[in-house]
Amino acid sequence: MTTETTHHGPKGGSLFVMPYLVFLGVFSALPVLASIVMVFLRWDMVTPPEFIGAGNLTHLASDARFWQAVVNTLVFLAIHVPLQVVVALGLAVALDRELALRSFWRAAFFLPVVISGAAVTILWNSLYATDVGLLNRMLAKVALGPVPWLTDPAIAMPAIAIMVTWKNVGFYVVIYLAGLQYVPRSCYEAIEIDGATAWQRFRHVTLPLVKPQTIAVVTLSTINGFQLFIEPYIMTGGGPLRRTLSITLYMYKNAFSYQKMGYAATLGLALALIIFIVLMLQRKILGTEES
Amino acid sequence: MKRVLLYVGLALAAATFVYPFVWMLAATFKPPLESGTLSIIPDNPTFDNYRAMWDRAPVGRALLNSLAVATTITIAVLVTSSITAYAMTRLEFGLKKVALAVNVAVLLIPGQLTLIPNYALIVKLGWVDSYAALIVPFVFNSTAILILRQFFQQIPKSLVDSARLDGMSELRILFTLFWPLSRPALATVGLVTFMGSWNEVLWPLLVVRQQTKMTMPQLLTVFTLGGGAGQLGVQLAAAMVLIVPIVVAYGFLQRYFIESMAGAGVKG
Repeated sequence: MTTETTHHGPKGGSLFVMPYLVFLGVFSALPVLASIVMVFLRWDMVTPPEFIGAGNLTHLASDARFWQAVVNTLVFLAIHVPLQVVVALGLAVALDRELALRSFWRAAFFLPVVISGAAVTILWNSLYATDVGLLNRMLAKVALGPVPWLTDPAIAMPAIAIMVTWKNVGFYVVIYLAGLQYVPRSCYEAIEIDGATAWQRFRHVTLPLVKPQTIAVVTLSTINGFQLFIEPYIMTGGGPLRRTLSITLYMYKNAFSYQKMGYAATLGLALALIIFIVLMLQRKILGTEES
Repeated sequence: MKRVLLYVGLALAAATFVYPFVWMLAATFKPPLESGTLSIIPDNPTFDNYRAMWDRAPVGRALLNSLAVATTITIAVLVTSSITAYAMTRLEFGLKKVALAVNVAVLLIPGQLTLIPNYALIVKLGWVDSYAALIVPFVFNSTAILILRQFFQQIPKSLVDSARLDGMSELRILFTLFWPLSRPALATVGLVTFMGSWNEVLWPLLVVRQQTKMTMPQLLTVFTLGGGAGQLGVQLAAAMVLIVPIVVAYGFLQRYFIESMAGAGVKG
């Protein structure tokens, strides 16, 4: 024991670490336990909580809004995640060479990343407006549109997915650039001697070598995508026809607007489970980091 | 030729990300009839949008709230995560292995799982509409601890040993020896923490109802949804107030922002 101590340093660390552990106990461990308990309660935070057994779970199973929110969120991810990968990788490959103003391009792509989601959403609200929106004015110049971006039930969620992709893509460009930096030039030279086209070069050299980055981009944009909240909250309130109601937004409404704390906690637990399942499936499909 | 096409493509891509913000800035200086036009130079520039925004919403107060909350959290996180990371890398204590594992494990808990019980906790503590509700749940940050742990590990052991022989206390070693050596890691932690707090909107929407306690993203959201903003130009002016301080900072410290945020794996 004494040798351990002299080797690693003096004792007394518990005093330094205790505040962190207490903090985690209060704001992480306790809430996780509480959310499991709350699944069995009806509680409006004013009157005492009432034990309702599996009531929240049976309600969840038959709650059309919840399942609609699950479908909506998965639709959002099915558009957002692949789009994010393709655009980020495309921009990163374009930047991965000797370029004039290279850091300027990167900084321009990254600009929306540093800006608050609320502000970006309000900006895009005015881009997407059907009558006076910037996008439809541009389309009108080439005799197209107007597109009812946020008022057509089939278009609203894809429109939100495009906006979120636009906001975050710079972040993923930087991740891909870090990966591309380690692709050895000799790999490209070897395949060029074989007379490969640019597409073959990309498909057989670049793509397999940035696989760890692709996995990171898919995982991070999925986790981030499940947090979808402020965009539909501001733009559509979950409509039209509830087609942009995300799980997180539905959870917020249950807790804040309807004071159904037990049900909101149940939704949180269900969402955590869904995130886990989706990430596992992605892992299975994409395989491990070694290609 | 290929080269030219590449630059045209890059310029178009860059415009896609930058032009909307430039247009937005212009729109805040346009009168209502002009606000939807594509031009980035207002024909009849006016301050009316900013004046209307200022009159209708406590924007100054919200900006101060945002600044106070984000600054307090940032300073707190720098101090608490330094102390915790220092103990985890340089001190001995029982359950050390558990603490190290817990630090990583909590990062796997999705925020949505703890959100509702934490909101209930704040209500039960009577902290609704208080700065405590906006600050206290964020004064420790597990990602920050992990970043500093990795950095502190690289500081040579001999340095600590000789400082201890000189009779320096552990806290003094941390703040007078480790801190100056860890500037890049501290800058990353500070920037990412500040940005995270500055842009946070879901948590304030749960725990704050009084306008005077709102941070800027929340006030902006409430103001827009409540119809208080009215015209487009006024909404955009309010959003601009939230954007400008960050964009100015970003203009000077682009590299720091990009490397810190991408390095920490956290988005704003």
